[in-house]
Amino acid sequence: MIRYTLKRLLSLILSLAVASLVIFFVIEVAPGDPASFMLGLNAQPDTVAALRAELGLDQSQFGRYLSWVTGMMHGDFGTSYTYRTPVAGMISDRLWVSLPLALYALILSTLIAFPAGIYAAARRGKTGDMAVMGATQLGVAVPNFWFAMMLVVIFAINLRWFNAGGFAGWDKGLLAGLHSLTLPAISLALPQAAILARVMRSALLDILGEDFMRTARAKGLSRRQALWRHGLRNAMIPVLTIIGLQFSFLLAGAIIIEQVFYLPGLGRLVFQAISARDLIVVESVVMLLVLAVITVNFLVDLAYALVDPRLRSRT
Amino acid sequence: MSLLDIRNLSLTIAGLPILQDVSLSVAPGEIVAVTGESGSGKSMTALAVMQLLPDLAQTRGTITLDGTNLMEQSETQMCALRGASIGMVFQEPMTALNPVKTIGDQVMETILIHKAMPPAEARQHAQDTLTRVGLPADRFPLSRFPHELSGGQRQRVVIAMAIALRPKLLIADEPTTALDVTTQAQILALLKDLVQDYGMGLLMITHDLAVVADLADKIVVMRHGEVVETGPTQGLIANMQHPYTRMLFAASNHQVVLPPAPAPKPLLQVKSAVRDYRLPRTSLFGAPGHYRAVKDVSFTLNRGERLGLVGESGCGKSTLTRAILGLEPLQGGEILLDGHPVTTAKDADLRRKMQVVFQDPFGSFNPRHRVDRLITEPFYLLEQPPKGTARSDLIAETLTAVGLSSDDARKYIHQFSGGQRQRIAIARALITRPELILFDEAVSALDVSVRAQILDLLVELCEAYSLTYLFISHDLNVVRTITDRVLVMKAGEIVEQGETEAVFSDPQHPYTRSLLAAAPKLPELNMGTVVA
Repeated sequence: MIRYTLKRLLSLILSLAVASLVIFFVIEVAPGDPASFMLGLNAQPDTVAALRAELGLDQSQFGRYLSWVTGMMHGDFGTSYTYRTPVAGMISDRLWVSLPLALYALILSTLIAFPAGIYAAARRGKTGDMAVMGATQLGVAVPNFWFAMMLVVIFAINLRWFNAGGFAGWDKGLLAGLHSLTLPAISLALPQAAILARVMRSALLDILGEDFMRTARAKGLSRRQALWRHGLRNAMIPVLTIIGLQFSFLLAGAIIIEQVFYLPGLGRLVFQAISARDLIVVESVVMLLVLAVITVNFLVDLAYALVDPRLRSRT
Repeated sequence: MSLLDIRNLSLTIAGLPILQDVSLSVAPGEIVAVTGESGSGKSMTALAVMQLLPDLAQTRGTITLDGTNLMEQSETQMCALRGASIGMVFQEPMTALNPVKTIGDQVMETILIHKAMPPAEARQHAQDTLTRVGLPADRFPLSRFPHELSGGQRQRVVIAMAIALRPKLLIADEPTTALDVTTQAQILALLKDLVQDYGMGLLMITHDLAVVADLADKIVVMRHGEVVETGPTQGLIANMQHPYTRMLFAASNHQVVLPPAPAPKPLLQVKSAVRDYRLPRTSLFGAPGHYRAVKDVSFTLNRGERLGLVGESGCGKSTLTRAILGLEPLQGGEILLDGHPVTTAKDADLRRKMQVVFQDPFGSFNPRHRVDRLITEPFYLLEQPPKGTARSDLIAETLTAVGLSSDDARKYIHQFSGGQRQRIAIARALITRPELILFDEAVSALDVSVRAQILDLLVELCEAYSLTYLFISHDLNVVRTITDRVLVMKAGEIVEQGETEAVFSDPQHPYTRSLLAAAPKLPELNMGTVVA
């Protein structure tokens, strides 16, 4: 298990190094010079050159890459070209919205999907299964911003249980913060839950056909006992994979939902930074998301090994 | 009074009749073998006793266990009986255990689910039961996971789970079919011991008549969901009443006479072949280890000769086969076909000279292609593949040669039975007139009657086309009749080779002797139709 963990950790570090190179150089070759963009169309060439020097854009690409990476290791993400404030601060403010939102949505999605998937698998082909499958079909098909708008109409405008948008801030207390994230989290969670429930169901159905499930029944376990004791843990590998992918998506892919609810999240920050050619912000946020994705994958790998002893011994 | 009494059991699944009026009984301490070919309903009979039939199954009749009619029990009552009063052992030990739970937990579960004893005691009892089935705690602690055990050891765990609560009845559904002969002999001996020690009744489902004759007190022969004949083993074998029973025993012991092989002239030469597999690194920067699957193997296969290759699973016969086919590189030595070296490089001319027939008649065809396309696949190896009428004539000729009709060319593979599919596989191997055919467990998945027909077909083809083949199999009885010479492989080495009959009647190597001793033997039959 220790060797397995070390191996995964090594692969995590290598992936990060490769990702940082790719991110930096891909964004560098994108057209548009931040300095001339900031100064507008009528700027004098020497003004642009001065600004380029100030921003460090006149250094060699590799030199800028090195200072970017070493800076990040010290928590210095550089200074935003457009806002002239440290990127680290901008990101951490936004992260305090996006990360809790992603976790909140993931927990909701899991809480909906697990019971739904297990229920459907246990009643395969019966009415309950068909109802759950129909609902998930809908959940997969309907875009999350439509859910978001419906939730706003019902719970914010009509029932007035929630605000239609904005973020209260954590300084108002945990509950107030969670309260303002609830509708966005639900609208993010519903489509994810639909996917996860379907994965859970099909993973369980695969397992239910396995020989060892028949063995369990021959020992005297009821259908339900066999499902819980022997089915669930074996079905977890595909489910964990999907949960890992969903978390990465929820962290980075919430742009539209953040827009609908006026949330100051990472998605909106990246969107604004791209429009303004604020390369240093884009690079840093993308790097951060890559870090998050790779870390989540690392955790998922560890979870695999906890679930399946065969992976532990394979190193 | 009998322990298990099945009376007039009929079963339909979704309206399809599966069993008709099946009656049989098992007394305490008695071993009853239910035998028959695939589709005879023997497994369904076992599952009916467990009341673990598919959802759409409908049953009639009575199944009485020790005075209790199982057909009238509720699901909850059945759960209480399963594992406690009836234990069951399945065919496939590799998948019968939950891979994510330790063997100790799985054996203990049988005890705990029936609340037979408190957890601490259950643990000790699980330990004792595993020791009883030959897995002592010092070598097989309860914390082992199934993947850390071999197939035979896993089957012992499955047996331990089934007998932990000393059920009155043990049902074993093909318990040794997936195991090697020596392991099979050990598991059968264990089952026999357990029946004697515990006074259990054993209902044994098997297609292997040699196992039946060795082990059972009573035989039940089934066909198409009906019991055709039943009786005490010795009496039934000595005096078979039903023609199907006679056919079954005759087919199991089917002997063929190969045409004489021509004068020796080497076709395939394997010289000091070595095949290494890389093992995963044990430390991060250490050199990876190697596993030598084939160790310095040398033999010659002459033109027109039928050579057998026998050995247990893991002995390297499949690896050697893949190397001969040029699918895997050698790390030492060489393989020559007709004087030309066999390599993994793309070499159509070489590939054309060799064809292979695999074990699984269901998995080795693309279900979306018609038979004519399936069997002409090797044509891409030819520089000028036949076209038009030449092609259709060749297809018709080849299909006829393997005992099918030329009309079958336009059918899909799902329209054929297992035996017919294996004929199509042979047609595919034959159509380019290869110099050498490899039969890789080619008859192992077939029912005995079908197997006998395929063996006859091979003899016909030997006569018509003077085939040269390498026949790889774990089934010693088949190899004995269908080959001229035999190689015995163990742990990557050829430990013995020679004329088949000489090796079988007077084995020199201790391993060959142990193999032959472990193989269950069919009784000498007195029917006039069989050369025993």
